[in-house]
Amino acid sequence: MIDASIRNQFPILHQEVNGHPLVYLDSAASSQKPLAVIEAIEEYYKHNHSNVHRGVHTLGTQATDAYEGARERVRAFINATVAEEIIFTRGTTTALNLVASSYGDANVGEGDEIVLTPMEHHANLIPWQQLAKRKGATLRYVELTPDGRVTLEAVEAVLSDRTKIVAMSHVSNVLGTINPIQEIAKLAHEKGAVMVVDAAQSAPHRKLDVQALDCDFLAFSGHKMLGPTGIGVLYGKKALLKQMEPVEFGGEMIDYVDLHESTWKDIPYRFEAGTPIIAGAVGLAAAIDFLEDLGLENVEAHERALASYAIEQMKTIEGIEIYGPEERVGLVTFNLGDVHAHDLATVLDMQGIAVRAGHHCAQPLMRLLKQSSTARASFYLYNTKEEVDRFIEGLRQTKEYFNYEF
Amino acid sequence: MSFNNLDMLYRQVIMDHYKNPRNRGVIEDGVTVDLNNPTCGDSLRLQLQVEDGIVKDAKFEGEGCSISLASASMMTQIVKGKSVDEALQLADIFSQMVQGKDYDTETFDLGDIEALSGVSKFPARIKCATLAWKALEKGVDEEA
Repeated sequence: MIDASIRNQFPILHQEVNGHPLVYLDSAASSQKPLAVIEAIEEYYKHNHSNVHRGVHTLGTQATDAYEGARERVRAFINATVAEEIIFTRGTTTALNLVASSYGDANVGEGDEIVLTPMEHHANLIPWQQLAKRKGATLRYVELTPDGRVTLEAVEAVLSDRTKIVAMSHVSNVLGTINPIQEIAKLAHEKGAVMVVDAAQSAPHRKLDVQALDCDFLAFSGHKMLGPTGIGVLYGKKALLKQMEPVEFGGEMIDYVDLHESTWKDIPYRFEAGTPIIAGAVGLAAAIDFLEDLGLENVEAHERALASYAIEQMKTIEGIEIYGPEERVGLVTFNLGDVHAHDLATVLDMQGIAVRAGHHCAQPLMRLLKQSSTARASFYLYNTKEEVDRFIEGLRQTKEYFNYEF
Repeated sequence: MSFNNLDMLYRQVIMDHYKNPRNRGVIEDGVTVDLNNPTCGDSLRLQLQVEDGIVKDAKFEGEGCSISLASASMMTQIVKGKSVDEALQLADIFSQMVQGKDYDTETFDLGDIEALSGVSKFPARIKCATLAWKALEKGVDEEA
């Protein structure tokens, strides 16, 4: 387990909410930020800020070095071959939309098929829906096992010679399922399709290696992995990115501009129109440093231990229903009897405990689970066993409260 | 553990409407409004029968938390028999009330709906309480 002294690095955790010490169990929605990240952004603005890639002056060079240094930092973090394969975006959503609009529009035609799963976050669902509508393509969904897993057999059953894209989350934000991306990418490639991975829920918690996964595109967000909001990453294989058209146009991405024609810079710049998210990239690099100093294998082990302990304790509360497979990352999605998840989250909040309640941006999955709403507790490196105990006690109090009231 | 604020939110009368909703069901030939609360997945179908500017009947169906369903139950109860103008006035009063602003307690006997005034202490839940009233506003607008 990671020592609880790590919490000293996270100022926001040291506060009372509704008269109780905060227990933050919503990191899957957005993680909190360590001082190292907050200070890196502050330092950047205090000493190094300017626009990048244009000024001849010294600050221009410093800002460019910071921004390109962050790109290299991300490359090493996911083991991409070259830094040009790293495109900075606003987040996972923008990154996936970029792939759907650019690669998708150029490579998917009428009658072609896009393979998805019902566990996708809306960010990895709607861009493909829209692409399919534009092109007259068909969406095919992999059938999940009853406990919410993706099997290779189920993937094979929906793959065809018309499959052009397989898009899948690495880790489900609701079920906590870890999908076998490496094997699925192999199946996709056998059909000539590209593999797109939504890594928003895996990048914060486990070591990613895009070469080992052999995925073609992979997207994740900074804010779920200790970094700031407004920065995310699209990784794409160089050969694919090189043939793709930009989806946004303007400054920073052009090579030569004439009154009626323009040409584009090489990758990655042609996908980064406008002044880029420089401070965000600097913050993300600091977040990666922080995670790697701790060791992602330690982060993952810590969260899994907390989730296992939480599930074990939750099972002792009558009326708790837990969704998702046995083998899972550090999050638990559940309901408590007939108490609506919103009512549950409000009562927990009154005890200082923050959980997510709702459909978790995964409405089709909620329908599959036959739930209009669920609650989710997600654990990160700064959570403790004592906090899990507070959460369990909170659930008991909630149950008592509603039993009394009903 | 003290739950004083919570008791403001989940008063007996609210839980009673949640557990025993009034006017749950369908109206065969009414105006139908379907509204979702996209941030949380609550969904509500409100049906209204309006004749000569009077809300003759109001019924709802849907899924949601105790606050949204209790509010729908209370809303249908209070607007029945009121004129469209009065119903819209009530929607306004309700909106003021749940936002914690001063609201008119003179014009109407607010009855059960005042039990929801505690929602103003829970900003994240105001949208749950106003869903049914938004459906009402939309419904009478379509009728007019």
